[in-house]
Amino acid sequence: MSQVSETTVDRPVDTSHMQVSSTNVAIEVIGMHKWYSDFHVLRDINLKVMEGERIVIAGPSGSGKSTLIRCINRLEEHQEGQIIVNGTELTADLKRIDEVRREVGMVFQHFNLFPHLTILQNLTLAPIWVRGIPKAEAEETAMHYLERVKIPEQALKFPGQLSGGQQQRVAIARSLCMQPRIMLFDEPTSALDPEMVKEVLEVMISLAEDGMTMICVTHEMGFARQVANRVIFMDQGQIIEQNEPEAFFSNPQHERTKLFLSQILH
Amino acid sequence: MTTLDTGPAAAPRVSFFNDPVIRGIIYQVVVAGLLIAFIAWIVGNTAANLAAQNKTTGFDFLWKTAGFDISFSLLPWSRASFYWEAFLVGITNTLLVAFIGIVLATMLGFTIGIARLSSNFIVSRLATVYIETIRNIPLLLQLFFWYFAVLKAMPAVRESLALPFDIFINQRGLMLPRPTPDQEFTWVMVTFGLAVIVAIALSVWALRTRTLTGRYPRQIVLAGKAADACITFLIAFVALLVLLAVIFPISNAPMLAAILAVVIAALSVTRFAALARGVLSFVIAFLILDTAIGGMFSSLPGFVTTAVSAAVALVIARVVYSGALERPPSEARFPLALMALIVIGVPALVYWLTDATLAFEVPVLERFNFRGGLQLPPEFVALAFGLTVYTASFIAETVRAGIQAVNKGQTEAAQSLGLKEGDRLRLVIVPQAMRVIVPPLTSQYLNLTKNSSLGAAIGYPELVNVFAGTALNQTGRAIECIALTMLVYLIFSLLTSVIMNWYNARVSLVER
Amino acid sequence: MTDIGFVRADMVDARPAPHRTSGAVAWAQKNLFATPLDGVLTVLGAIFLLWIIPPIYNFFIGHAVGPAGTVEECRMENAGACWAYIHSEMEFFIYGFYDIPEQWRPNIVFALGAALLIPLLMPKVPFKRTNAVLFLFVYPIVSYYLLAGGVFGLKPMPTEKWGGLLVTLIISVVGITLSFPIGIILALGRQSKMPVIKTLCIGFIELVRAVPLISVLFMASIMLPLFMPQGMTIDKLLRALVGVTLFTSAYMAEVVRGGLQAIPRGQYEAGASLGLSYWQRMYFIILPQALKHVIPGIVNSFIALFKDTSLVYIVGMKDLLEAVKTKNDTALEWQSANTATTGYLFAAMVFWVFCFGMSRYSIYMERRLNTGYKR
Repeated sequence: MSQVSETTVDRPVDTSHMQVSSTNVAIEVIGMHKWYSDFHVLRDINLKVMEGERIVIAGPSGSGKSTLIRCINRLEEHQEGQIIVNGTELTADLKRIDEVRREVGMVFQHFNLFPHLTILQNLTLAPIWVRGIPKAEAEETAMHYLERVKIPEQALKFPGQLSGGQQQRVAIARSLCMQPRIMLFDEPTSALDPEMVKEVLEVMISLAEDGMTMICVTHEMGFARQVANRVIFMDQGQIIEQNEPEAFFSNPQHERTKLFLSQILH
Repeated sequence: MTTLDTGPAAAPRVSFFNDPVIRGIIYQVVVAGLLIAFIAWIVGNTAANLAAQNKTTGFDFLWKTAGFDISFSLLPWSRASFYWEAFLVGITNTLLVAFIGIVLATMLGFTIGIARLSSNFIVSRLATVYIETIRNIPLLLQLFFWYFAVLKAMPAVRESLALPFDIFINQRGLMLPRPTPDQEFTWVMVTFGLAVIVAIALSVWALRTRTLTGRYPRQIVLAGKAADACITFLIAFVALLVLLAVIFPISNAPMLAAILAVVIAALSVTRFAALARGVLSFVIAFLILDTAIGGMFSSLPGFVTTAVSAAVALVIARVVYSGALERPPSEARFPLALMALIVIGVPALVYWLTDATLAFEVPVLERFNFRGGLQLPPEFVALAFGLTVYTASFIAETVRAGIQAVNKGQTEAAQSLGLKEGDRLRLVIVPQAMRVIVPPLTSQYLNLTKNSSLGAAIGYPELVNVFAGTALNQTGRAIECIALTMLVYLIFSLLTSVIMNWYNARVSLVER
Repeated sequence: MTDIGFVRADMVDARPAPHRTSGAVAWAQKNLFATPLDGVLTVLGAIFLLWIIPPIYNFFIGHAVGPAGTVEECRMENAGACWAYIHSEMEFFIYGFYDIPEQWRPNIVFALGAALLIPLLMPKVPFKRTNAVLFLFVYPIVSYYLLAGGVFGLKPMPTEKWGGLLVTLIISVVGITLSFPIGIILALGRQSKMPVIKTLCIGFIELVRAVPLISVLFMASIMLPLFMPQGMTIDKLLRALVGVTLFTSAYMAEVVRGGLQAIPRGQYEAGASLGLSYWQRMYFIILPQALKHVIPGIVNSFIALFKDTSLVYIVGMKDLLEAVKTKNDTALEWQSANTATTGYLFAAMVFWVFCFGMSRYSIYMERRLNTGYKR
């Protein structure tokens, strides 16, 4: 069982902009299956994410939660079913994949910053070469997001000079610079020391407050309670249970969910 | 003293021999003394031996006439030349073969290293077999094989093997046509140099504008489109001409080829550009395959060759076609065709305008030997070839390790930002891989240079052969000759490490 | 908004992947035809294989003349490799000019060496220390007297008569064994805080690594006799050994240095805090750990040395390659179009088997050590 933390941010979360659209579908996954050669990792996944939703996916390690969100921007290929992101169905067509990836930001467990580029260059690389935004403008945007994640003074340093928490914040800012409509978080705090988890969560909460559509694979149950509008529990490659956080934590229905929660919440 | 020994408190002053500083000094003095004694013993013995053999020492022999022949030299050499000239000839011959070996081994090594990482089973296995075979066999054995078993077993001069383009191969080596440019051709070379500079400057400007404003300069985009059509026309014309004049000869081939080429070029600027590329790649792939398969399996009937080539070329054309469909519009592409047109077209124009001629002196078989042309001795060919093949296998491993050293997460991060494969490689993967590849690559270059000394074993007149071999035997100045030879390699090595230290300091990743 | 509550009633059982993710077809699709470009490469690769394999097969096996063949068959048009030549000259390739009735002596040396070395290389076999002492100290002496003779009524056999694979193995094994302790001392010297010793070691290591082996062997062959007192001659084999050992020890020093640098500082400090002296610290704590880490590096040096022994022809030794070359050039009774090629291919195969085997061993040890390290 991977470690689970209950870190919370000590301030009320501003929910005024957190509105879930009732008409606009951001992501739709229909009857999706995935195999790693002969191993059936994802089984019959059905998921509809509306714009503005904040979804937390929880589950024991190996349950397929990371694989699921990696399928959403096609870092992994699925074999059966459909994945439709912003109205574009993901197929082998490279053009569509690029289209989807431009609109979907992703934050990784191990940050994956480009170590040979400065922080600023990390942030402007994709806007310049993918969106064709003029450099000056891209840098302006980059500085804006660096300020938002509260490290503008690190702009000219290299990733190796930053702490883990700072690197993860830069990674979030890097994704935001592409002005994505959806953000995927793949265990963003698992590789961080406890005191750094909070600074990253703080940034994620402020993103949610701005109404970003987010899917987070995380063990941060405090974050789930504070921010999520929906918690999904996965085990053995399938969605076992989903509910609003309050109901999910206080009144789990499925045996596996109960077992999981009893193991992580004492 | 005895009372102090039993006391619990240690003496404030350590005894003389237990003081680490003094101990260190004593050790060092002893080692230095032993070394000096050893050297003195050797020097004494050597002096006595030399005196007994009536030999003198010193470097004065460098200014004496050498009086021996050197079979291959870039510098003017005759029997009347001095020993220092022999020294220089040795160095230049070493550098020549090392340079050629380095260029070829780099190309071959990178290709094989990348092939080894291919997801295609056959390609990666072929690369693995190459690497594991070549690097586990001594280089000297490989040189012997190429020299004695392959080149020396070539036909005699009279039955020389004739290759295309007036190239001949026989026991005496490789005979190539020698370019003999006339006076006006200098201008062509000058324009070529200028054109390269202009093309580089334009590229830098275009890329900079692209970064600053988000798009390539308008003029460049327009010129790029025109250049695209021009280059397409040229390639299509040549390919079609070969197809219609050589493979399926018809009358009036040039005319038809020109018309078809114009059509393809015209298509390439419309929205059917992908179709034009598909057709063009079909013609080219068919030409290459038909020639290659025809040459490789000469026993196959012609129609089989044609059918197989056409089938494979069709698949290739399909690949190119679907690739071309996904190409971004020309406004968003680096104008590669424009740069190619400048580098090739402008000098060609000058060539035509100045009426320059570039003739080739073809090697001609006379009664006993070839006359004229560029004659490469078999020693050189075997050494350059052997060094290339051997070092390429090590470079390939270096390249593979370098690419694998770039974390998979880097590719994923670049992908999730929407970077296309070309940009991903250019901006993220290659810069990081090169940092890992360059240092071991340089040491492979140095190894190749050192290994070129094995040329001595097959009679290529490089430094060790000329100086530590012939010159030493003639003068008997063993110490001087070997010292000078080693000094040259030491300088190569020091230069390399100076450059490497500078490079490492420049590119090393900044860490906390 | 719809009710978002959901509880799965029935678990979905794992089912086998649709046929395209497993099995031979899927394998081909993934490894040969993943993209159209891959398909093109596969076809081109297949064409290349079709072109290259038949001639190679015919040369090595199909049209080759077997060990029992005659030179006339080898001289026939279209004949492949002349294995008969290798068969008839095999003794020379293995023993050189060593007297034929005495060849049991090198055979015993080979067998003893294998019997001592193989258990030494297998990590799980016990008695490593005894085995190492036997191999490093007893075996060389026994082997030397057995090969050279002159004692116990054995016929004296001067080193000039030794040759072929025997010499290749002697030089590489002795070279690596002797260069090992020298390399350790040089590596320790390079890390020493004493400026004189440090400079000397760095100077030696960098000088030797900068020059080609061939020039070191030239020096050993020409200058070594000059350095010795008058009237003292040095055996050719000894010259080769001196040259090879000096050369390899510089490389070995760098390998060992890599191992020393991999040892955490804490180990040095722990040793010092226990009150051990410098040599005790090195012998009991640092070197055992460092050397274990560099076993793959040592094996790689050995592979390089094994290949480099082919250069000892410079000092006039007939190692395997030189023995083959000599026979290729002089065995007139076996002259044919493919004799030289067959000879070199044979030598190449012998070298390849040794080097490839050792490189696999090195990879195996690396994996073993890596897993040991992670735990």
